[in-house]
Amino acid sequence: MFEIVAFCLFSVLTITMFSITVLTNNALYALSSLAAGMIFISAFFFLLNADFLGAVQIVVYTGAIMALYAFGMMFFDSLSEVKEKVKNPRLVFLLSGMVALIVVVIFISPILGENISANLPVNPSYGNTVDVGLVLFTKYLVPFELAAIMLLVAMIGGIVLAGKKMEVSYSDMTEEEIDAHIQAENEIENAKKDVK
Amino acid sequence: MTLNAYLILSTLLFCIGLIGVLKRKNVLMLFFSTEIMLNAVNVGLAAISKFHGDLSGQMFAFFIIAVAASEVAIGLGLLILWYKRTGSINLDDIARMKG
Repeated sequence: MFEIVAFCLFSVLTITMFSITVLTNNALYALSSLAAGMIFISAFFFLLNADFLGAVQIVVYTGAIMALYAFGMMFFDSLSEVKEKVKNPRLVFLLSGMVALIVVVIFISPILGENISANLPVNPSYGNTVDVGLVLFTKYLVPFELAAIMLLVAMIGGIVLAGKKMEVSYSDMTEEEIDAHIQAENEIENAKKDVK
Repeated sequence: MTLNAYLILSTLLFCIGLIGVLKRKNVLMLFFSTEIMLNAVNVGLAAISKFHGDLSGQMFAFFIIAVAASEVAIGLGLLILWYKRTGSINLDDIARMKG
């Protein structure tokens, strides 16, 4: 009974939050409703006895990814309107048709996969976190290390890409120096555009 | 709850993300929709993991979370670079590919 009530409540909440994310024009509303939806998603993981996955979901998505988006949005004029007009409606019709096909395949797939035996069975005596750790560090050790290298590469790549033109620190300069610096940079930009 | 209930929820969330990817022209919203789609898949994987008594689904969900985190780092870095250069985060401007 409790599970049914929780499932219905959280599915309604998640779908509402994600619909707001997709349909709103305000990037800040989209960001906050996405963060809320991520937390509600973690409720499903707790319902499904995947406690560790639920905790990771909260820590990684609302802690790391949302903070990254929030910092990233400081670089953009995030409240500016972006023209949302689909130029090629035929392509959208084609893609929607393919989506419908995929939905049909998803709905019949539980019927197709009925006699599957568990490859890595769950041990209820251990608890979820111990169980996940045992499997992750034996059978999935190589993918785990590869994921670690991938995250390191992504971190360095992000720093290199976003950190360009950041060698001067505005907080160490006086106001006149900042004005002079911005003017000099604009002149360089204009000169580049003239060359093109 | 049955497995079908969770899979239907996962499909609905995936479709919401897909509508966002098809409809939006703001690249930031495109990233948000991608996150929604990845999360929908995670719910499906965790549900199958429980109802088959198999931990593989949860393992794949962990790796999907790792992929999502690195995708955000690289994507936002590229988008910030593009915004500094052109002052626009419209998808159609990027599709033109003019430096």
